Amino acid sequence: MPLNTILLLGAALFCVGLAVVVTRKNAIAVLIGIELMLNAANLNLVAFSRFDAVEFQGQIFALFVITVAAAEAAVALAIVIKVYQHFQTANLDKINELKG
Amino acid sequence: MPIENIIFYAFLGLTGLSALFILLSKNILYSAFALIATFIGMAGIFVLLGAEFVAITQILVYVGGILILMVFGIMLTNRLSQAKVETEVYNKFFGILISVGLFYILAKAIEMADFANMGWMKNAPSSPSSVRDLGMKIMTDYVLVFEVIGILLLLALIGAVRIAGNTREEGADAA
Repeated sequence: MPLNTILLLGAALFCVGLAVVVTRKNAIAVLIGIELMLNAANLNLVAFSRFDAVEFQGQIFALFVITVAAAEAAVALAIVIKVYQHFQTANLDKINELKG
Repeated sequence: MPIENIIFYAFLGLTGLSALFILLSKNILYSAFALIATFIGMAGIFVLLGAEFVAITQILVYVGGILILMVFGIMLTNRLSQAKVETEVYNKFFGILISVGLFYILAKAIEMADFANMGWMKNAPSSPSSVRDLGMKIMTDYVLVFEVIGILLLLALIGAVRIAGNTREEGADAA
């Protein structure tokens, strides 16, 4: 398992996540892209943690990233559901009441 | 080619292909299911990298928790009479351009950094990590961070329930 292959996969996942975030109009599709980006960061942390077998810093940080991602997803979906109840849409372009 | 490498490249292909499917599919529900495949492939790679506990946590939290939340979110934010849950796509050109450009920069940087030949990489201890050592580490050196992250998760979940649930006045009206 060459390290560079794993790092390239992480970079590719991050870029796919970025493209999904930029191109989608639905709020939940954007959330899916954000989860992909967080996971790409996790992949890099775990890959480097293999060379640090005593301290486990990478793996522990990856666990914390997973926890924060879970909290983020829960709050974000709660907000999306409330926004949908108020505006009757989850389309990010149509939620523009504050637009000048 | 040893069997370990074949498994590794199989998981790598699963992860990459399902991530590409997320990018290409307009249907949000299909994207969510492809995200499950991505997470399972990444869990397999984590196991091969010697991070078994992270892999199990990945499957428990992401596949068991976050994906279910996502599917519920899709269900609650779409009219069910609608045949397909599709999202509109915009900024196609610039989105792809930015991400391809970023990938080029990152790939160039990874290639130029040449991590595999660095001194501290070559001298790294190759002892296999164990879940027991990880648990000892979390419960001793990182115990404060562990508790704080637990409180953060609790607060976030209570806040999510408070935001998504009915407000108290509405609840009183309904009762």
